[in-house]
Amino acid sequence: MTDWTRASAAQMIAAMKAGEVTSVELTQAHLDRIADVDGAVHAFLHVNGEEALEVARGVDAAREAGEDLPELAGVPIAVKDILVTQGMPTTAGSKILEGWEPPYDATVTRKLREARMPILGKTNMDEFAMGSSTEHSGYGPTHNPWDLERIPGGSGGGSSASIASWEAPLAIGSDTGGSIRQPASVTGTVGVKPTYGGVSRYGAIALASSLDQLGPCARTVEDAALLHEVMGGHDPMDATSLNEPVPSCVAAAREGREGDLTGVRVGVIKELSGEGYQAGVEQRFNESLEKLKGLGAEIVEVSCPSFEYALAAYYLILPSEASSNLAKFDSVRFGMRVEKGNVERTMGATRAEGFGDEVKRRIILGTYALSAGYYDAYYGSAQKVRTLIQRDFEAAFEKADVLVSPTTPTTPFKIGERIDDPLAMYLNDVATIPANLAGIPGMSLPSGIAPEDGLPTGFQILAPAHEDARMYRIGAALEKALAAEWGGTLSSQAPELEVAK
Amino acid sequence: MSSLERSDVERLAALARIDMTDEDLDRLSGQLAAIVDSVAKVAEVAGQDVPATSHPIPMSNVHRPDEVRPSLTQEAALAGAPEAEEGRFRVPQILGEEA
Repeated sequence: MTDWTRASAAQMIAAMKAGEVTSVELTQAHLDRIADVDGAVHAFLHVNGEEALEVARGVDAAREAGEDLPELAGVPIAVKDILVTQGMPTTAGSKILEGWEPPYDATVTRKLREARMPILGKTNMDEFAMGSSTEHSGYGPTHNPWDLERIPGGSGGGSSASIASWEAPLAIGSDTGGSIRQPASVTGTVGVKPTYGGVSRYGAIALASSLDQLGPCARTVEDAALLHEVMGGHDPMDATSLNEPVPSCVAAAREGREGDLTGVRVGVIKELSGEGYQAGVEQRFNESLEKLKGLGAEIVEVSCPSFEYALAAYYLILPSEASSNLAKFDSVRFGMRVEKGNVERTMGATRAEGFGDEVKRRIILGTYALSAGYYDAYYGSAQKVRTLIQRDFEAAFEKADVLVSPTTPTTPFKIGERIDDPLAMYLNDVATIPANLAGIPGMSLPSGIAPEDGLPTGFQILAPAHEDARMYRIGAALEKALAAEWGGTLSSQAPELEVAK
Repeated sequence: MSSLERSDVERLAALARIDMTDEDLDRLSGQLAAIVDSVAKVAEVAGQDVPATSHPIPMSNVHRPDEVRPSLTQEAALAGAPEAEEGRFRVPQILGEEA
């Protein structure tokens, strides 16, 4: 009997069309897998089995009746708990929202429903997407399926771990400084942050509004492309939504698989290598460069000197925007309330109990950076650095069609190892943050396994704003060349998880 | 720029409406001071001639016609509130000392 959880979304689509499998069978197989392994992985905060099966039954009946169905109809999906979903609790990983049921759907949630994709459940995340390890979730950490003692990345560790442990073929993530790409890298999966504005943020609980972007998580580049096209597009409910057609990601991925990159210039970012980068990560990165060269690409070196200041600028801009966005958790309209006399004292007590340490740190840092007397030196300077980083990218894209780097400097660390050292934790995102500051799209795909620890490594591809399709072409070409060497996807090399009795 | 002191953290937490115990302040103050020291270098790099970027992709204001459209019902809007009464959010006392 075929184990459908091991199939790609593209294979599931073909099999449903050929009558080899039903959506109910696919959905049930993934719900069974969640029951088997999620006790150990803890990728899900909420499992939505009943509704998922109901959607699946509807798709099967419609197919039976010969109705036209959307491409991904019947393919199950996991959704990061940052997206509001009517009829399912939404917490953003925070105790302050425990048990809250949103009265409306996010635009991306609505699009998944219109695409008739069964939603398997809501995935774990660092509280309000603040973190790189999912250890800052108010509901306990998610474990990396490659080694359960290690972090699955963050903030979207739940989404990436669900895919890497075959609990879902696809998932939704959100990326403010790398929260899709870094978890993809450390779980051996694919993750894409689209161009800022390419996917509506309406109904995504805001962290830093000028940096946040939703995107697809998958095990193959083509699957990510299929989901990207469902999620993307203009939305009048988001004032920063781009009013332009969705990029042709699927066509680009299929073109890439033909394997000819003649004439493509790939720029290696000099500053994202060397000190702090693990040997095995750099080794696999260099091997991937050789593969691209073998497909006809020209490799050039580019320099982005202002990246040195990206992390510092990010940790001023993000907390500033977050401190403002999180003011709405005031014990009045939704979520927790800890009564303590008058309304002001009740707010203070509620936020003390409802927020975790990382959220408190960032709110206080943001309050400080925006306060009178410090605004120009901190927030104002950080916004100028943002301009310098955009200029660096502009100059680099004069010399290259795409830019590349390792996605993360190291393979995943052990749970608990950096929890009391926020600065060490922040270094995870050093290679992913510049794309968010500049609004450009980025992808991470597996580049192999680090020889020294047997854990996955990631390859990051960045493209100019609006040129998302370019990453899919290069990514699919590289993925195919690497898979030929590995004899399949990287995920299929992960150790088998023990199945619960 | 000066580093962040424990008393600064206490004042900022009050401004941000987050109650802090002495233990919280002990734990978070050192970490916050280290973070502030490490991010302060942003002030070194960009000169007066560099414009600030607040938004990554250039775009103009977005408008829509000022028309009544369907929205949440009163019941739905209040459904997630800790307390509601007579179609309104109910809050603890706002003015004066403790009730």
